Amino acid sequence: MTSVLERPADRIEPTKLGIVDCDIHNYWDSVSELFPYLSKRWQDYFEEFGQRQYLGGGYPRFWSDPVDKRPPSGRRPGADVGFMSSDHLDRNDIAYGILIPLNPAARMSSLPFASAFASAINDWQVEHWLNPEPRFRASLVVANDDVPRAVAEIHRTAADKRFVQVMFSGRPHQPMGRETYWPIYEACVEHGLAVMSHAFGSSGNPITGAGWASYYIEDHVGPPQAMQANITSMVMEGVFEQFPTLRVISVENGFGWVPPLVWRMDSAYKLLHSEVPYLKRLPSEYVAEHVYFATQPVEEPEKREYFAGIFEQFPALVDRLVFSSDYPHWDGDEPARALPLLRDTELRDKVLLHNGRRLYGFA
Amino acid sequence: MNTIDCDIHNEVPAIETLFPYLPEQWVEQINHTVFNGPFEYDAAYPPKSDLAVRPESRVEGRHPDPATVREQALGPDVALGILLCTYGVDSLRNPDQAVALARAVNDWQIAEWLDVDSRLRSSIVVPPQLPAQAAAEIDRVADHPGFVQVALPARSQHPYGNRIFHPLWEAVVRHDLVGGIYFGGAPGNPPTAVGWPSYFIEEYVGMSAVFAAQVTSLVSEGTFDEFPSLRVTLLESGTSWLPSHMWRFDKEWKNLRMQVPWVRRPPSAYIRDHMRLTFEPWDVPREEGETRRIFEQLGSSDMLLFGSGYPHQRIGDPEQILGWLPDAAADRIRSDNARDWYRI
Repeated sequence: MTSVLERPADRIEPTKLGIVDCDIHNYWDSVSELFPYLSKRWQDYFEEFGQRQYLGGGYPRFWSDPVDKRPPSGRRPGADVGFMSSDHLDRNDIAYGILIPLNPAARMSSLPFASAFASAINDWQVEHWLNPEPRFRASLVVANDDVPRAVAEIHRTAADKRFVQVMFSGRPHQPMGRETYWPIYEACVEHGLAVMSHAFGSSGNPITGAGWASYYIEDHVGPPQAMQANITSMVMEGVFEQFPTLRVISVENGFGWVPPLVWRMDSAYKLLHSEVPYLKRLPSEYVAEHVYFATQPVEEPEKREYFAGIFEQFPALVDRLVFSSDYPHWDGDEPARALPLLRDTELRDKVLLHNGRRLYGFA
Repeated sequence: MNTIDCDIHNEVPAIETLFPYLPEQWVEQINHTVFNGPFEYDAAYPPKSDLAVRPESRVEGRHPDPATVREQALGPDVALGILLCTYGVDSLRNPDQAVALARAVNDWQIAEWLDVDSRLRSSIVVPPQLPAQAAAEIDRVADHPGFVQVALPARSQHPYGNRIFHPLWEAVVRHDLVGGIYFGGAPGNPPTAVGWPSYFIEEYVGMSAVFAAQVTSLVSEGTFDEFPSLRVTLLESGTSWLPSHMWRFDKEWKNLRMQVPWVRRPPSAYIRDHMRLTFEPWDVPREEGETRRIFEQLGSSDMLLFGSGYPHQRIGDPEQILGWLPDAAADRIRSDNARDWYRI
């Protein structure tokens, strides 16, 4: 039978610059790979008590990873650096691939263990991913709610410029604008790091503002709503007044909802600005200046012209939308196929090549 | 003109207002304990803000009384007004209090609103956290012809598609009422997927995300397959967020419908058949092109119902916005859609 292992015929035309892919998931094949980077105390703790974390709200991923993303080595998809280099970076003309290791640090019950676990992931990334493959850049993992240790971890790793951003859960314990998190942003600004929030997860709260949903499809439709709350919080709490050079990137949340979000914020601000008197500009202006959005899952509106309409509704998006593949997940977007509705070649080049370079300061 | 205003608030001005409709036991508790009804700060809008009540509509600093509402909200161009009382029985942990206060509010609505002015219709107040008791309250008062809707706060302990709400939806359908999901609610769990925000402006912006979660839940759980005649109105949800939500939901349905096989059509088809939105607050930029674009993306001239949100502070002139739409659509929004939807 012709198998799904057959490669699609359409390959992207090689570009002079190469694509920037802002969402590649790197996994360990076995969590024991992290043990060399954990102290004896935490190794023992982990062996006996496991990854204790907020319980009672799980939405197991409905599809497993695609068969064609399985490395010949037998390691799990996303866990073989050599295969990922050839299967994804080479084949898809990726010049820079941003690694996002999905992990439970943000929802672990013990803050000290969560931070130790996060540090171990970072050291593992250096040795297993960044050193072997120079096209990779990485997200720094921190325990979002263990703010002092998160800041210490940022300082500890700051000399390694291959870490380009600090990772937040898609659903952190508090909205991302809360002053609790500001020391993390201060450290990010000091070291030129972006702040990245990747969709999904739960840090103990129900996954909607109306309680716990029932189905994975609800979990999968819901990330935009969580990110809207994070962006609203960052704008309204004055994060961008406090940190005028901070860059934020929203990953795996889509972007069709950005125009209505900024409209709602601007219209609310006209009514309620007395509540947030330290803001000096319209909320939409802060978003336009500070927030980037990754493409996947790319929007598929009912009519083709609605796609172009998103950029008319929020023109700043032309310079703020960055390509992301979500490799190796079932719902990933390959660059040759991800942006069928982006007919404007200048815009397409910005999304695939230029905006990501500006975001991360790549040459 | 024959406008039907689908969103006029008739809030309880003070707990004493309900005394004639409360059993003696509860009047005594209110007089002699610290229990004083739902907390003021559990109100959907900050009670002292102009956004909640415009200054000219306050009576003794409070929500307007029935005479004031009728005088100010039922102008010469309004044929009928559908009332919405957002009294926060959903915030009460004591189930006996929640049920007693809901009953009192509904008896007050009958005596001081519906039986007084034939231009009024209203929404039954129920404790949604107690679906069986909510259904019983619907059964108790639904025969009054003035009730056309059941009022449900957008923020809830569980999304309304959850099976625990089936008794409530059965009662709504049994009496051919509309489920009216409204801005607000105080169920105890946070109003966002990422916990408690600091400021009201965040809740105000973010309520559209709560509505989106309710829409996702009702369709995904098969509520409209279980109850094919169910009609749901989203009150004060805004409108701009819905098109992009439908795109994402339809896309995910293509991928994941195997998990919810009872959802047989794209989610947007269910939304257009089973849901309506009130007009205010209009959260689309106030200009013709964008207004027409969002209207087209909603995908049906049936989707919008005129609603003033009285006594909320007015934001611009709804007639200006309606003037940018095709005449036939504007007429449907002013009255025909509501007549069809609420069987008036």
